[in-house]
Amino acid sequence: MGLDFSVVPDYFGVLAMGAGWTIAITICAGLLSFFGGIVFAVIALYGHWALRLPVRAFAFLFMGTPLLLQLFLIYFGLIQIGIDLPAFVAGVIGLGLHFAVYNSELIQASILAVDKGQYEGARTLGLSRGQTLRRIVIPQAVRAVIPPMGNNMIALLKDSALVSVIGVMELTLAAQQAISRTYRPFEFYLAAAFCYYIVNLALEAGLRHLERRIAASR
Amino acid sequence: MTNQAFVTIKNAAKSYGNLEVLKDINLTVERGQIVAIIGPSGSGKSTLLRAINELDPLTSGEVWLEDVQINKKLPFRQYEAHVNQVRQDIGMVFQHFNLFPHLTVRGNITLAPRMLKGLSEADANKLAEEQLAKVGLSEKIDEYPSRLSGGQKQRVAIARALAMKPKVMLFDEATSALDPELVEEVNQVMKQLAEEHMTMIIVTHEMDFAASVCDRVLFMDQGVVVEEGPPSVIFQNPKEERTRNFLRKHLSR
Repeated sequence: MGLDFSVVPDYFGVLAMGAGWTIAITICAGLLSFFGGIVFAVIALYGHWALRLPVRAFAFLFMGTPLLLQLFLIYFGLIQIGIDLPAFVAGVIGLGLHFAVYNSELIQASILAVDKGQYEGARTLGLSRGQTLRRIVIPQAVRAVIPPMGNNMIALLKDSALVSVIGVMELTLAAQQAISRTYRPFEFYLAAAFCYYIVNLALEAGLRHLERRIAASR
Repeated sequence: MTNQAFVTIKNAAKSYGNLEVLKDINLTVERGQIVAIIGPSGSGKSTLLRAINELDPLTSGEVWLEDVQINKKLPFRQYEAHVNQVRQDIGMVFQHFNLFPHLTVRGNITLAPRMLKGLSEADANKLAEEQLAKVGLSEKIDEYPSRLSGGQKQRVAIARALAMKPKVMLFDEATSALDPELVEEVNQVMKQLAEEHMTMIIVTHEMDFAASVCDRVLFMDQGVVVEEGPPSVIFQNPKEERTRNFLRKHLSR
């Protein structure tokens, strides 16, 4: 049996809908991972130990276990204790927190990488700790963190395929649905892969634009 | 304390664990005086300088600027507020410039006056232009630090410190990181400040500069002031053996 892509256009709507959900979950989880990463990093660097310890334990848990298992726990596990989340929400939380932990590591590293002389230069002028962080340290850390965090976002987009297992009708599950009707896995998985690739190209172009703008203001 | 006393250091001591880096140091600097601190590396001269603006707080002893004790023992929040306030009166120039790389020269100079003194953008810009003109870098106002030479960076760092209208300027080996041909342009700016009677405390390895600009020279070794006096005495007729040994190594170069 040869390849026959002629059936693919019939399912264009299904795939487009799936791609839409993939983009939606990537944006929501991406935002959660961004802001969550900032919160975790601030706690890890400046927080009281009573906050720092649980955050570190949490980070260790999320980095040391498979994302797939985390999604199962959040979606199927939490029901048992009365937390019944919609699949989309569970997927966003799982992906978002997972990548928040990785983003937090990057943010911490980029803040710690700012030269000690920068703090001294600012504090000597009379700036407070907070003013030094806001005006001197964080702007420099942001410039350093954007490229590696962009890579995390691309990884997040690709890993969003995992939420298909908890029933979010995103691109991978949409392709599977088309396959179950047509018995054409090769064509539809290729079509789905092509869609991921296109979305990723757009994401990368956006990140490059951001990096260029920040480089220009350096 | 006399009327003239401007910066006063009393019984200053500092130790890291068992290591004593400053031992019972007393120093009075008068208004408009220029004091050089010389000595071998590890002698504690930078530590003493950094104690004046609480970058490296003393273990014991007192530091005063006019009638304000800089290293007051206060609860944390009050201490921070106090230190942030007094540091506005103490300009500091570092060996490695410590310019903010994400801001232009203008941004570097105007940041603190705008944030801490509430200057308007127009006033802050005017201030930046004045200070840059003073160090001869007016044309660099919109450049980023990465586009400047080491000597230019240090002159911008001086302009940035001067923009806060400090009462005293501290120089921590301001020319040590510069290529030899760039040292003179920074020395020129410092000489100019001396002519304007800026009170200055200068940690330096440049004996010629110290001899030609400073009113007094302190020779430090192993955490103590071994000898102090006018440059003519310290450089030409030092009393202490340790001073002579140090100068023999440095002046022969």
